[in-house]
Amino acid sequence: MDNLSFFVQQMLIFFVPLVIVAIGGMFSEKSGVINIALEGIMIFGGYVGIVFIRAMQQKGYLADSPQLLLICGLIISGVSGLIFSLLHAFASINLKADQTISGVALNMLAPALVFFIARSATNTRQVFFNPVFMIRSVPWLGKIPILGPLFFQKAYLTTYIGIAIVLLSAFILRKTRLGLRLSACGEHPQAAESVGVNVQKMRWLGVGISGFLAGIGGLSFTIACAVSFNGTVAGYGFLALAVMIFGQWKPIRILWAALFFAVFKALSTTYSIFPFLVAWDIPNKGYIFNILPFVATMVALAFTSKKSRAPKAEGIPFDSGAR
Amino acid sequence: MENEQQPKPFKQFFMNFKLKLKTVLTSKAANTFYSVLFAIVLGLLVGLVILLFSNPRAAFPAFGKILLGFFGDPVSISVGIGNFLYYSTPLLLTGLAVGFAFKTGLFNIGASGQFMVAQYVAVLVAFATANLGPFNWIVALVAGILAGAIWGFFPGFFKAAFNINEVITSIMFNWIGMYLTTMLIKNNKVIFDQSRARTFVIPKTAFIPKLGLDKLFPNSSIDIGIFLAIGVAVIIYFVLNKTTFGFELKAVGHNRHASKYAGINEKRNIIIAMVISGALAGMAGGLQILAGGAGNVGNSILVIETLSPEGFNGIPVALLGLSHPIGIIFSAFFITFIQAGGNNAAAAVIPYEIVDIIIAVIIYCSAFSLLVRLYIANRLQKKRIEEEAKHLKTLNNAVSDTSVNKGDLNG
Repeated sequence: MDNLSFFVQQMLIFFVPLVIVAIGGMFSEKSGVINIALEGIMIFGGYVGIVFIRAMQQKGYLADSPQLLLICGLIISGVSGLIFSLLHAFASINLKADQTISGVALNMLAPALVFFIARSATNTRQVFFNPVFMIRSVPWLGKIPILGPLFFQKAYLTTYIGIAIVLLSAFILRKTRLGLRLSACGEHPQAAESVGVNVQKMRWLGVGISGFLAGIGGLSFTIACAVSFNGTVAGYGFLALAVMIFGQWKPIRILWAALFFAVFKALSTTYSIFPFLVAWDIPNKGYIFNILPFVATMVALAFTSKKSRAPKAEGIPFDSGAR
Repeated sequence: MENEQQPKPFKQFFMNFKLKLKTVLTSKAANTFYSVLFAIVLGLLVGLVILLFSNPRAAFPAFGKILLGFFGDPVSISVGIGNFLYYSTPLLLTGLAVGFAFKTGLFNIGASGQFMVAQYVAVLVAFATANLGPFNWIVALVAGILAGAIWGFFPGFFKAAFNINEVITSIMFNWIGMYLTTMLIKNNKVIFDQSRARTFVIPKTAFIPKLGLDKLFPNSSIDIGIFLAIGVAVIIYFVLNKTTFGFELKAVGHNRHASKYAGINEKRNIIIAMVISGALAGMAGGLQILAGGAGNVGNSILVIETLSPEGFNGIPVALLGLSHPIGIIFSAFFITFIQAGGNNAAAAVIPYEIVDIIIAVIIYCSAFSLLVRLYIANRLQKKRIEEEAKHLKTLNNAVSDTSVNKGDLNG
């Protein structure tokens, strides 16, 4: 049981940032804008959030309520990610620029900017913080047998926020006027415009949401993985992009895709606690388990990807006169 | 009378030249060049502003150093030039890999993995064929290129066979390649130097030859790699623009389904395009790891579990070069140039990252190139129409003049 709960905790560390950022990317692409800048936005949002948390911790504010501090940090991260993503929105929506180019530029800009600021300010690339955000046991829920140790002990607040984001976005996308309009702008923007939807506004909204969620994802990656921010999110932005495609641009499927990937990823760090895996006699076990999540994803994709459900108009600047 | 009306030969030549210059300056290619230039100037300006905000006293000297590029090399200009050519080699080839894929409608974000796999295979073969003497480096380099090609095959194959977006496969195979090569290197006692966590230096016969270039640019790292890279870029240019094969590749890139109806085997073309792209990234890896470097001390693969940045650096190079093979040569040179400048400026208390910021802003601005191009084209067209109207007017006047003259004569 202990082993299993340790496995789940590890798995959630990989799962949460992936699913949050993938959902973010989905909102952008659903509105018709390819957002390859997720990695950069994560870095920028994560950095600003960590700098904020560090400053608060040094001053001693909110020292006795770390979860409140984390929520403030997440909001700050989200807002700064949103602001950063506006650069992408401006280029790709108003200036009708090539969306891949502007995304690549932001991916370059974010780490460069972060390192530049960090070095100018403190002469080092790292920003340390006090990792106090783990919840030992959620009140009430942590005491439930079986489920408690698995999901409500040694947990991070971001896990529940992540799940909430998935459910909320599934609801918004399928059941609300806003979500349907947003999707329409990614499928056939001219048709959407003809019935009175403001395509530009919807796309700004899509990119903005993706920026906000990627910023949150950047911080939730950092607080669960390390004690310092090193100006990188280890390629999670790109992995989230892959998870989004794997999940066929649908929130619930993205949840399963992220879970699938995270389970295999967690095996690489925790296989030594499972007796049957330890007993399994293959050479280079560590590396095999490192490679496994990527190979498994490819195999799963090969079986499921025949019918791609990418938004039809993604990547194409909106031209109201086009047919 | 007649002599006076005929323009003098010199004047004629001058006018012809002016006309030609005008057509060149207003051509589509020149228009593209202006838009890139606009992006570069804007990027540099943003860099200067950031420098002024962060460190006003050091801003201008540092900015000057960045602009000087390799001319500001602390040792000597010849070392600067030699190293500049050396460092632009892998950048040129990864840029070409990404740019070639762009031209065929594919986004090869997997140059990083192809690069790493190629490096591993090149080192492996360099040790295995050490007895081949002068052919050692050729065999190792070709092996590296093939390895890159194989790693490029997968994204193409998965796209052609299973309709999986090449971006996702490329990303997955970056990681697979990284973990796989790390594992294989660490397991190989012949090539892995455990005490330094890197591979041993390859046999000297496997070094890329310098052919006296090290005498021309003493103490620099230069070898013939840069000429091989430029040669490959020119070949790619011809393949893409002058052959049926290249036309087919581009056609598939423009519209996969239309090409299929036109009788092009679009699946085969997607795979071939990715294989070539991977081979180019592989060549970048091979040339880099097989280089002797300054003083012929040799390179080695540092075994750290991160994706190699070189592959990703090819993306901005390709974008700035507008995916045009010849443009990519210049964009690789330009980016290496200001990177060299940035390195020199970093010695003067300015964080090196300022150059990355400048490059990023340049790429960002080049995304608007379409807008700038449209603007320039619009203005040019307006001007042309005005001129034509003017020309028409003078012609009309001339016609009416002659008619008047004729009338005079008749009368």
